[in-house]
Amino acid sequence: MGRKTLIPIGPYHPLQEEPELFKLYCDGEIVTDIKWETGYNHRGIEKLSESKTYDQVFFLVERICGICSTSHPFAFANAVEEIAGVEIPDRAKYIRTVIGELERIHSHLLWVGLAGHFLGYNTVFMWAWKYREPVLDLFEMITGNRNSYAMFKVGGVRRDIENHKIPAIRKEMSVIRKKIDLLTGAVMDDPVIHARTKGVGVLTKQDIIDYAAVGPTARASGIATDIRKDDPYAAYPLVNWKVITAQEGDVFAKAEVRLLEMYESVSIIEQCIDALEKLKEGDVSLKINEIPAGIGMGRAEAPRGEVFHFVVSDGSNSPARHKIRAPSYTNIATFRKSCIGQTIADATLSLAAVDPCYCCTERMAAVYDNSTGERILNAGELIKLSLERTKEIRKSVAGHE
Amino acid sequence: MHSDYKTKIVGFKDFVFRKSLWVFHFGGASCNNCDIEILDCLTPRHDLERFGIMLVGSIRHADVLLVNGSINMRDRDRLLELYDQAPKPLLVVAIGACGCTGGIFAEGITFAGPVDKIIPVDAYIPGCPPKPEAIIAGVARLAGRKT
Ligand code: SF4
Repeated sequence: MGRKTLIPIGPYHPLQEEPELFKLYCDGEIVTDIKWETGYNHRGIEKLSESKTYDQVFFLVERICGICSTSHPFAFANAVEEIAGVEIPDRAKYIRTVIGELERIHSHLLWVGLAGHFLGYNTVFMWAWKYREPVLDLFEMITGNRNSYAMFKVGGVRRDIENHKIPAIRKEMSVIRKKIDLLTGAVMDDPVIHARTKGVGVLTKQDIIDYAAVGPTARASGIATDIRKDDPYAAYPLVNWKVITAQEGDVFAKAEVRLLEMYESVSIIEQCIDALEKLKEGDVSLKINEIPAGIGMGRAEAPRGEVFHFVVSDGSNSPARHKIRAPSYTNIATFRKSCIGQTIADATLSLAAVDPCYCCTERMAAVYDNSTGERILNAGELIKLSLERTKEIRKSVAGHE
Repeated sequence: MHSDYKTKIVGFKDFVFRKSLWVFHFGGASCNNCDIEILDCLTPRHDLERFGIMLVGSIRHADVLLVNGSINMRDRDRLLELYDQAPKPLLVVAIGACGCTGGIFAEGITFAGPVDKIIPVDAYIPGCPPKPEAIIAGVARLAGRKT
């Protein structure tokens, strides 16, 4: 062979904060190098933010990423409240936490579904997304919208979760717990999934430290980093929960961490709604008349890791400078470690493990580069490779097709 | 240059779009919510495929181009190229506030114009994000079916 193959993944990665074009350089089946390009999704949000008032910025940061549409307002609220030096009412803290954890459940379910799809288990994809719907229904009930909840504001939340809605949330939580049981059972006990994901895309503890990876990516390699514990905010210090970690650092460990985290989220939500029932209804925000000059840093644990917002205020009604760092920014760099040296079918899985999206694969085209003779595979071929691999393993595991 | 085919082959167009619609999804500089809701349409609760509507991986197979997200300068040329590659007649649907007008990003420094300034658009599905029901209703109505 000797001919190098270039596989582009992207450019449009709709599930990430920063859509990229990944280029996998392959020698035969083995990935030898990986490069990425950004800018396809640049919208100038930090600049836009300077032209909006503090109230409006919440709607803007919510639209940085549709899946993390609580994490960004969360971090921004933490930053602005640090400048203003206010402590929000307890009820608002619990409501923020409920929304944040509901988001984590829906995001992790979404990931499980996409990972399943990519392994060739479309049933997992369909089921996970089916179980995600009730979570979105809860969102619709609580906030009025399935995504982009517009719940946050400086000093509290915009809407209360009235006590009469709580029984419905509690009921839904017990249903969701059963569904997660089912999914976890399906993933943990499946020999084919074990064969496809164990020992694939391994990131060691040292790699995580070197690349400063965050979130489930880091926790799957045995590093117990979680902003909810490390720099507690909202109601996280008020409820009981634990940080889930795994040691292996492979794709399976990442799936395991995410699945088990959903149980924690369910339990956090249950504790929060218990607490909400005891608090007075309606006391959900402070009236804040001005934001003094100063700087504020806000952090929040998004489903994918730490979101960081830095806000400079000059005492006017809009931020003078607003800097945002999303978790994928550091997690993406780990691809160099997890993908190089793997086969293509495994490399694409390792990319998925960090939680980018494979909608991108629907947008690839097969192209031959005339000048270099590099062949560019398309989405269908890529998925087919992965599917074939699963099929082979399934055959060898079961002894027949 | 893109608009004249429309007037000439109206009858043919009707013929083509009476069958199953194959959809290609282009996500510009979006916040993903629209993308996710489009994918959500395929999953069991909404099940877009019962109308014969299917997402395809290549624009050359598509009858419908769904565009969501604001279009930035980098996306613009790619969108134009995709439009040129697409077999005609083609229905273009702009999804979401961003697709229809640019939405919250219209004042952004990289904004290159709403979709209809770049390619001709046949239908708009507003919302931020539009619900899957709205997306299905929009596409199905385009196909001339009762939803
Ligand atoms: S219309 Fe709203 S949900 Fe859709 S991409 Fe734009 S900001 Fe996101």
